[in-house]
Amino acid sequence: MKILTVALNTFREAIRDRILYLLLFFAAICIAFSRFLALLTVGDRIKIVKDVGLASISLFGMLMAILIGTGLVYKEIDKKTIFTVIAKPIHRYQFLLGKYLGLVLTLLVMIVLMSLIFLVLIFVHTLTIEWKLLIAIFFIFIELCILTAVAILFSCFSTPILSSLYSLAFYLIGHLSWSMETLIKKVKPGIGKTLLQILYTFLPDLENFNFKTEVVHNLPLPSEIYLHSFLYGLFYSLFLLALAMIIFHRKDFV
Amino acid sequence: MSTVLDVNNLHKAFTTGFIPQKKKILKGITLKVEKGEIFGYLGPNGAGKTTTLKCILGIIFPDEGEIRLFGLPNTSLQAKEKIGFLPENPYFYEYLTAAEFLRFYAQLFGLSRETKEKKINHLLQLVGLERASTVQLRKFSRGMLQRIGLAQALINDPLLVFLDEPLGGLDPIGRKEMRDIILRLREEGKTVFLCSHILQDIEMVCDRVAIIVDGKILNQGKLQDLVSEKILFYEIVVSDVPASSFKGLGECLAEDGGRLLLKVTAEENIKEIMKIVLNQNGRIHSLTPRTATLEDLFVHLVRQR
Repeated sequence: MKILTVALNTFREAIRDRILYLLLFFAAICIAFSRFLALLTVGDRIKIVKDVGLASISLFGMLMAILIGTGLVYKEIDKKTIFTVIAKPIHRYQFLLGKYLGLVLTLLVMIVLMSLIFLVLIFVHTLTIEWKLLIAIFFIFIELCILTAVAILFSCFSTPILSSLYSLAFYLIGHLSWSMETLIKKVKPGIGKTLLQILYTFLPDLENFNFKTEVVHNLPLPSEIYLHSFLYGLFYSLFLLALAMIIFHRKDFV
Repeated sequence: MSTVLDVNNLHKAFTTGFIPQKKKILKGITLKVEKGEIFGYLGPNGAGKTTTLKCILGIIFPDEGEIRLFGLPNTSLQAKEKIGFLPENPYFYEYLTAAEFLRFYAQLFGLSRETKEKKINHLLQLVGLERASTVQLRKFSRGMLQRIGLAQALINDPLLVFLDEPLGGLDPIGRKEMRDIILRLREEGKTVFLCSHILQDIEMVCDRVAIIVDGKILNQGKLQDLVSEKILFYEIVVSDVPASSFKGLGECLAEDGGRLLLKVTAEENIKEIMKIVLNQNGRIHSLTPRTATLEDLFVHLVRQR
């Protein structure tokens, strides 16, 4: 109940933040812009609309998660609003989870809004509602849940600017780390290979949530992959949140 | 009387600077607050008042020492359910309206919907903000923030209220109202822990005080005991006697319309002065012992350090 109270308050804070609407506005422009890009394309135009639309949802969702997420806890400490909350009967972990869920709820609303714009645009073209696109959008949302956990983790001990940079680095590493798999295959067995394997286990692999190509090109995928990606997202988020809670648990708010 | 707050040998140091250096802020604070009293925690800026308060409320963790609220560890939720806290500078969620703000805190205490709304209306009325209930806190003045801060501190009907500089930023009428509210809290049987560096605030409302200087409590006790122990001098108002008669016995501070105001430091000189007045058929209008004020005591202690 207390987690929910903090979550709803965080949601209220986030939706009253102008930056959110600015990002939503640009996301809408980008999604709509895919229509003009399609005009310049030879071949299947609708694929371009889908590709650019999904990429826009992913990009602007990431910006929302990082830009709002990194400020959430830091602002509470910096503006000292946390003092009165900590003095109330609430555990610190409840407060942090509430903050996290509040932002996840905000992102969910934003993803729904962006998806509506996107699906309407696709509907105008094809006169059908392409439900399959929702699979790709769902996994974009799971990726955003991880990014929010990262942003909150960094904002527990760092300033918003640094936290944003760290979170952005996490995002980039997450989308490039799959190439390490190829590297591991090519390295001869030994310490180097073991170290690379350990590193690969801990580094995020956000490509697990990228189903854009498969969905856009209608490629078949076994359902276990969806389950694997979902569980990976869930456990990675929990791992990051647990780290954030450990830091937050004994932190002095001065 | 039962003890509601028991702080024992509290130590806290912060690490500061590029080359980390430990700076001791609290150096063994020990104090007790009894049920139903207004306890004044007095000290100059930077003495460690707010740090003590933050330790008590679980905002920071002490390096050493023990804090118990109502016999429970200070970080337990059961203890926190019985306390209220108004921070020094009102730091609140500025995107919320006054009513939303109070509703948020009420929900943290798990108040039922009906109790919550009743309580919010009552508190907004108590602090004089009923007309501002739909205004966002970002549009509030400093004094209004102080008032809404007090309202949130009282949302759970606390048994012990911590007020950090509660009269700061208020106009004279606001200060009077805030003082009245603090006194009313005592009448309702609540305990108030009042942090301040403004002596007047403490002197007017507190039953007991502790004076903290440089992280140590230098004096603690009932206000009357602390300040009335020392009689600094006596003021005697006499008439129909020339000032020259009291030479060597006291200092003549003022002379107006045949009346003299004498300042007498030695108690044995009073009898002598009275004799002179009676012998010369003069009149004694008043004899007032001037005890040390809290300010005198405070200045004395701070200078001693």
